[in-house]
Amino acid sequence: MEFSDHIKTANVDDVVLRQPLHPPSRGTVCITGHHLLFSDRDEGSSRQVLLLLRNIDAIEKRISGSSGTITIKCKDLRVLHLDIPGMEQCLNIAHSIETLSCLDSVSEMYPFFYRPPDLSLHNQWGLSSPEKHYSQIKELHDKWRLSTVNSDYSLCPSYPPAVIVPKSTDDDLLKKVAKFRQGGRFPVLCYYHRKNGMVIMRSSQPLTGANRKRCREDEHLLQAMIDGSDKGYIIDTRSSQQAQQARLTGGGFESKSSYSHWKRLHRQMERGKALQESLIKLVEACGDESHNMDRWLSKLENSKWLSHVQTALSTAGLLAECVERDGHSVLVHGSEGTDSTLLISTLAQLIMDPCCRTLEGFLALLEREWVQAGHPFQQRCARSAYSHARLQQESPVFLLMLDCVWQVWRQFPLALGFSEALLLRLANEVYASNYGTFLCNSHQERCALGVTENTHCLFQALLRPMERDYYSNPLYEPTELAIWPSVHPQSLQLWRGFFLRWTEHTRLLEEAQEEIRNMVIEWGKLALSDALSMNT
Amino acid sequence: MEHIPTPKVENVRLLDRSSGQRKASTGTLYLSATHTIFVENNPETRKETWVLHSMVSSVERPPTIPAGSQLILRCKDFRVFQILIPQERDCLDVHASLVRLSRPVKYSELYCLSFNPNVNKEEREESWSFIDLMADYKRMGVPNNLWVTTAANSEYRVCDTYPSELFVPKSATPAIIVGSSRFRSRGRFPALSYFHQDTLAAVCRCSQPLSGFSGRCQEDEMMLQAVMKSNPGSDYIYVVDTRPKLNAMANRAAGKGYENEDHYSNIKLQFIGIENIHVMRSSQQKIIDVGEMRAPSMTDFLWGLENSGWLKHIKAILDAGVFISRAVADEGVSVLVHCSDGWDRTAQACSVASILLDPFYRTTKGLMVLIERDWVSFGHKFSHRYAHLDGDPKEVSPVIDQFLECVWQLSEQFPCAFEFNERFLIAVHTHVYSCHFGNFLGNCQKERRDMRLHERSHSVWPQLWKDRAEYANPLYKAELSQTQGVLRPNTTPYCFKMWKGLYNHVEKSTPPRQSPADFLSAVREETQQLEEELTNHQERIAALTGRPITWEKIEVPRRRTSRLRQRHCGPDPPTTYTDPITSPVQDNGHALASETANQKAQTKDPALTLPLGPHGHLKSHDPDDLSTCSDLESGVADLSSRSSSGGDDRKDPDSDEAAFITA
Repeated sequence: MEFSDHIKTANVDDVVLRQPLHPPSRGTVCITGHHLLFSDRDEGSSRQVLLLLRNIDAIEKRISGSSGTITIKCKDLRVLHLDIPGMEQCLNIAHSIETLSCLDSVSEMYPFFYRPPDLSLHNQWGLSSPEKHYSQIKELHDKWRLSTVNSDYSLCPSYPPAVIVPKSTDDDLLKKVAKFRQGGRFPVLCYYHRKNGMVIMRSSQPLTGANRKRCREDEHLLQAMIDGSDKGYIIDTRSSQQAQQARLTGGGFESKSSYSHWKRLHRQMERGKALQESLIKLVEACGDESHNMDRWLSKLENSKWLSHVQTALSTAGLLAECVERDGHSVLVHGSEGTDSTLLISTLAQLIMDPCCRTLEGFLALLEREWVQAGHPFQQRCARSAYSHARLQQESPVFLLMLDCVWQVWRQFPLALGFSEALLLRLANEVYASNYGTFLCNSHQERCALGVTENTHCLFQALLRPMERDYYSNPLYEPTELAIWPSVHPQSLQLWRGFFLRWTEHTRLLEEAQEEIRNMVIEWGKLALSDALSMNT
Repeated sequence: MEHIPTPKVENVRLLDRSSGQRKASTGTLYLSATHTIFVENNPETRKETWVLHSMVSSVERPPTIPAGSQLILRCKDFRVFQILIPQERDCLDVHASLVRLSRPVKYSELYCLSFNPNVNKEEREESWSFIDLMADYKRMGVPNNLWVTTAANSEYRVCDTYPSELFVPKSATPAIIVGSSRFRSRGRFPALSYFHQDTLAAVCRCSQPLSGFSGRCQEDEMMLQAVMKSNPGSDYIYVVDTRPKLNAMANRAAGKGYENEDHYSNIKLQFIGIENIHVMRSSQQKIIDVGEMRAPSMTDFLWGLENSGWLKHIKAILDAGVFISRAVADEGVSVLVHCSDGWDRTAQACSVASILLDPFYRTTKGLMVLIERDWVSFGHKFSHRYAHLDGDPKEVSPVIDQFLECVWQLSEQFPCAFEFNERFLIAVHTHVYSCHFGNFLGNCQKERRDMRLHERSHSVWPQLWKDRAEYANPLYKAELSQTQGVLRPNTTPYCFKMWKGLYNHVEKSTPPRQSPADFLSAVREETQQLEEELTNHQERIAALTGRPITWEKIEVPRRRTSRLRQRHCGPDPPTTYTDPITSPVQDNGHALASETANQKAQTKDPALTLPLGPHGHLKSHDPDDLSTCSDLESGVADLSSRSSSGGDDRKDPDSDEAAFITA
């Protein structure tokens, strides 16, 4: 089906656009296959708004008399109003937006059409891969190997073709282990701690089931992972009760009797629908206009979002403590191993590993731990906080991760090489993007659609000189230390930059950030001219 | 030494709970006439902790435990010290002394009257003339043809809690002033607080009228008419009653109340709803308790915050300021502000309005002037509100705390608009309570004059001014748009946060783990030096080559960090990621006894405090030696290794003792 079939009215003149932080303006609205374009009629100002239809989460239309108003609620939490003359035109526009904003077919999405003049499809795609990761860490090569057992995705459809596993385990063993883990996600290495040689691995839950099935190969694989060490930890992102219950549906956990060298720690993390509902409640609270303090605090509490931030950071802290302070390797999993597992392994790496705190390092971390590791972006980020559609697989795990990183950034303003602007950009891109990076649910799906051949890579684009400058933290001072975030409630704050982004309040804070950047640039200039003049 | 039978106790253990200290240190406790001093035994550090007696708000004596007798010292700056004394007799003595010394019964016992810095008479007098209120009135453009000084109160005869020098509308004759003052609580007649030159509108203040249900007073009506007339651009004034309307109505039964709009032509009455001092006192206690919670969940914390009502009150005060500033700046209408007596909520509302209206009050010196005018000179009852002397506990209330917090909330919303930083606000807060200097002693100007405070004590302002570099906000930019003119804050609830810097105990020592402000101060400092150096070089080059040099085509590099002092505070002492349930339960009775055990648990791998079960045996560190913990080691920035160019010699800003030690 062609896009044009969904567009009955492509252009409407004399439309009034009302949007936050700007005075209303009058102009022309134009709907294309992927965009809503508004351009100011006033020649002098020529203001344009180009909105990716994919960014639209919900629309409401109100007809009164011969004209109508369309309220557009975006996934980046912006709310726009279009006053459109003519009832039919209004309905047509609304219909086009409704249909085009939620087309399911990935290959018809905008990244496949986006062709900016300054980017070439032949450019390098991506920053990191298990192969690259493995080749970068020479220390690994003694005891770990790169296995291509999943090169045809037959063991695990959501894993990349290559994974890092203990050297002492052969591919046949991995095949058996994959059958014993949900979705085939057998334990693989995701982080090597150079200071003490300990590692973080992740997987999905073992399929022990109600009758406590065992898998010798799985036990062997885990034993191989802590080879030489007295014990390892398993951090299960479910409560022990939830883990017990999972057995009834075929899942389960590593029992003490079968995995005697492993110590299980349970941390209950919210996931799935509950997390999505939390986001919806928080966004609703932020839009409350009653000016009532008690109501705000009670809604903020009731949304539980900050509790989820606290839990995520403290579980990540626990993971990092096991590795860094206690000196033991850790296996992380929940049930599917595609959500909270990735969340805490990402945060723990940020806490411990200075390499993950540079702009480039952080993006590479996201690529490894989310894109390559098979976080189902398409399912999780199909809809956001405003949508009226029935919730299915949506869950803002990635957003929660960005929020947690922001908390770390706020507590350690000098330790991260990237700025808040990067986190905000990522929060947008994950829901609606010109780039192909967050398309699909797995490496396999991306390959099938030729994503790397036919779309541009966001992470590469963010590293172009201009962007790099903008997304760098001017205050960055690399430190080799672990950065332990405080999880005390007083130390955690609402991420105003994101949740209140379209308010005056946030604009002032951005101005301050700009001021900081200018000060540091000025200083750099002077330092250089000073040095130069001394040499003359 | 009459109240100090035991001036020295050895083998005392002290735990500074508020700084997040986890292990008590052993040392010797000394009691002097002015301070409690604790000196650590540790020969390497010999750390001293000084607590001014007047800063102690309560001394509790929990039940004796086998290890000895305990005392808990709570301070007015929200520090909490736990003391363990081996002998019960000593403890009783120390307790009795502290109870007595922390509640002086007469002014002469206060520290500022015995505090004798090494300065001569001229310097002392100079210190008092550092802030000149008349100069500030002149700066805002009064006296002029609308507002004039009045001699009516020069001997404090009309109103004993007002200053001797006051500005009133030109048409207000002494008869009107006296008549109006008779119709106002405590004689506090309408007087000028702030004059807005751009619109000619003014902020005036007074106390409630003694109207009862039907009373009226011609002079008072003329007084309000005069206030209106002195603003040629407008034909009415706002009367802002900062109380909840219900409270104002209740006052009518006692012969007080608010202006009857039928009797006063051309006034618009507006109620704001700031609660009274008793509500505020209990609200602050609740938020202090929230700050003291040991391992609250997010739910506990937010619920506690809501339940305290504190931010709601802060918002009400800010809303009052916003209403006044909008009326004056946007509508050009003068405002008369009052509450009951006109010395608490009125002071808050007027001073917040001034901050919003005039950029000068957002500078370091400006804030000093503002506090001197709206608080000190207009008779805010400092000694009663901040319990300088042993007195009625119902008079105590954190009125100025709330004003300082409003300023802090604003500075969070406008990061570039204030010349000073949070530390300055906290320093002012400390001085208001400490009576280290004479500024805040007494309850009104007359009382201070009668005590001859200017001859017997020193002013705090020059002292704070001397340290202004430490109190500077590096982001302050006078020319930035958000800094100029009237501040228009957003008072939506989500703009308010708990003021962690003031209330937080658990993490007080750690929150600015990395402070961008300190970093930027260094950047700013160095930028200035580089500019100077550069000019020097250029001059030399110009002298050598005979032509000026420009540096246009220089590519800007990433800055070179080597030149800058490392400002990392370094990561935290180990934060424990434990569930609230597993964190050590401490009630007062067992606190010290279980301390050592807790110490071990907390300084070791936190995982040890997890429910690991009997098998969960981890490698343990020496609990007393934090350096063995892997994360504190490696690059905790060496604060002493500084570049040659950034040479300020700053004291630890977090150390409250510093000020006292230098004293």
